[in-house]
Amino acid sequence: MRVEVRVYPKEGVLDPQGRAIASALERLGHKTVSDVRAGKIFFLDVRGDDPAAVEAEARRMAEELLANMVIEGYDVRLRTDCER
Amino acid sequence: MSGKPLFAIVVFPGSNCDQDCHHVATEILGCRAEYVWHRDTDLKGADAVILPGGFAYGDYLRAGALARFSPVMETVARFAADGGPVLGICNGFQVLLEAGLLPGAVRVNRGLRYVCRDVYLKVDNTGTAFTRLYEPGEVVRMPIGHMEGNYTAPPETLTELEYEGRIVFRYCDAEGRITDAANPNGAIAAIAGISNREGNVVGLMPHPDRCAEGLLGNDVGRKMFESAALALAES
Repeated sequence: MRVEVRVYPKEGVLDPQGRAIASALERLGHKTVSDVRAGKIFFLDVRGDDPAAVEAEARRMAEELLANMVIEGYDVRLRTDCER
Repeated sequence: MSGKPLFAIVVFPGSNCDQDCHHVATEILGCRAEYVWHRDTDLKGADAVILPGGFAYGDYLRAGALARFSPVMETVARFAADGGPVLGICNGFQVLLEAGLLPGAVRVNRGLRYVCRDVYLKVDNTGTAFTRLYEPGEVVRMPIGHMEGNYTAPPETLTELEYEGRIVFRYCDAEGRITDAANPNGAIAAIAGISNREGNVVGLMPHPDRCAEGLLGNDVGRKMFESAALALAES
């Protein structure tokens, strides 16, 4: 099963990269952007047929390693269409 | 304790200040030092442990994130829990944060650049295993070299660090004033280094190992290593 884990700076935690990207977008003329937070996506191929079990394990992976819970949040999505 | 104190210097794949630390411990202080490979679980009877600077595991994922799973880290955690002195320098500090031996986290510098220069630091806590030879409030100059030194912690953790006096070093100007301009990376409360509650685990972004002998024009960092050696010699 394909699992996507998105990891991003928590709301309220200063994100220097997101801020720099926001000001670059503004310089390019995209005046509508008021905030950017930059994160990462992990594409995992996980063995298992039970979506609930796979999701629970992916959450543990996020909290143990993929995200630093002091400054980052995460979400987990199961993909059934196998699209990357 | 008999004989000269023994420093264990942990070597991760990508550590690059391990030899500097070894040099300070042996050539400058006249103590003993042993390298401990990150896969080892034996600290070779060390009296103090140093996690040196560098780029453990290439800083993949996050600085220090993968190094914390190295086998040696369980031993280091036990050593720290038993009161053994542990010093994390730069990348070593990042490893201590990821391992949860010190609270908080570092983000990329606010300027988004690697910063490599001397900074001034105010020594706010002289009660730790590595700072007892400094004067309270002393201003020292040390080099930094990092991309992710922008320390942060949840508000309740910050309050606790402040209240318990666990902020060991703060970035300041040459006169000891804590100003935004003197803060090289945006670290909250100008934090350059902190300790655990007991004061035996200390981590900092600046490099005392790079300013520990007169030959380099600055030997103020030597006192960090000497503080630990002295305490060990007395025990």
